[in-house]
Amino acid sequence: MHRKFLAAALTALLSPAAASAADLEITITNLSGGIHFTPLLVAAHPSAVHLFRAGEPASAALQAMAEGGDIAGLENEVSAAGGQFVADPAGGILGPASSSGVALLSTAAGNTHLSITAMLLPTNDGFVALDGWEIPTQAGSYTLTLNAYDAGTEANTELMNPGAGGAPGVSGIPGDPSGRAGSGGSGVVASAPNDAEANVVHVHRGQLGDTDAGGGLSDLDSRSHRWLNPVARVTVVVK
Amino acid sequence: MKRTAIWPPAAAAILGILAGCGSSDDGDAVEMRTLRITVANLTANQPASPVLVSLHRGGDAWRAGSPASVALERLAEGGDGSALAAELAAAGGLVDATGSAPVAPGGIDSFELSYPAADDARLTVATMLVNTNDAFAGLSGLPVGMLEPGARQAYLLAALDAGTEDNAEAAGSVPGPADGGEGFNAARDDVRDAVRVHAGVVGRQDGLAGSVLEGKHRFDNPVLRVEIERVR
Repeated sequence: MHRKFLAAALTALLSPAAASAADLEITITNLSGGIHFTPLLVAAHPSAVHLFRAGEPASAALQAMAEGGDIAGLENEVSAAGGQFVADPAGGILGPASSSGVALLSTAAGNTHLSITAMLLPTNDGFVALDGWEIPTQAGSYTLTLNAYDAGTEANTELMNPGAGGAPGVSGIPGDPSGRAGSGGSGVVASAPNDAEANVVHVHRGQLGDTDAGGGLSDLDSRSHRWLNPVARVTVVVK
Repeated sequence: MKRTAIWPPAAAAILGILAGCGSSDDGDAVEMRTLRITVANLTANQPASPVLVSLHRGGDAWRAGSPASVALERLAEGGDGSALAAELAAAGGLVDATGSAPVAPGGIDSFELSYPAADDARLTVATMLVNTNDAFAGLSGLPVGMLEPGARQAYLLAALDAGTEDNAEAAGSVPGPADGGEGFNAARDDVRDAVRVHAGVVGRQDGLAGSVLEGKHRFDNPVLRVEIERVR
């Protein structure tokens, strides 16, 4: 596997298209009905960089984003790799069925691939993301749809733990901007060990929820806090 | 894990090509092509049965909207792809391979398939999501014969329902580790005998009395990523 990705990286570096810079206008729409996105990170970077890969363990920086919405660590990863980013283009939390403002990104030569991340609230460690999409060299408007992933770092208890639950390694959902979460649930799964799912980044199985705001298994509401993929649409205008 | 399958009659020709440095006295050599197929299980808690990969010129593993063949039913209900492999082989098979073990959630398996050049070659990939009654995923006869050397494609795939078994999720009916129940059963008792996109599992926590499944067995699409690369 890794040999192939290395080969891809070399090809990209050697191809003339990779040398060109681009002016991008990026708009992100939350397609869900009841899930909020924490502040988004939009990054352009060399092809070999991955903020995450499905099937591989999450980095500490990805875990901090997925469990608590903290993108500082991922910003550092992008900068260290020579990439560029726009942080929080929506100006805070992006609500359901809402669009971010237009993020402007003028990419330097070599920053040929685009990645996007944000935590999904309320979830334990769910996030919406784009992993290393090759930015077209031809001017035009391109539309992508994004899926919900699970960082694989925290069991999906679906129990609220306001504030505290956002720290990496602390069980529980840090907040619910929708205000529809309950309390007193017994937990959809045990908080530890996290053996009810693959402990690597994977496609989020979705949430269960229930209709008992004061008890039941889940603190989440099955009428508000479920989704089906895709959860976001991204429009990229290459100038 | 990587397995290599080579079209048996051409083994000598392959050796000739590998060692031959363009030698022209091997006029009967069959041009061989090789595809690398990488299959990733994207689910949280649905092991994928040993993956069948088949290159063939004729035959259809399934068509959405049509009833499943018995061979597909065997794969979708019990994770056994051998009948489907045989059916595709008989219908114009070039080469096939099957994984030696299930692919765990978050896991990957890969294959290299070498076959005599055929512009009409098509690729079928199939695997069961074993903590279900009859959910499976894959590609049915994707045209790959015109891929250029070095070409790469990637597919994100949705779970399909074979339509051959009622999704009761009842004890004894789910072959995966959630239950250890029965695999293939010839009876067709689903609400509709047709292949379609799977609606997802329900589970007893969500109110399906008698289900052996729980919230942790739920899945959303995509469930499988398949990467295809022509390496030679």
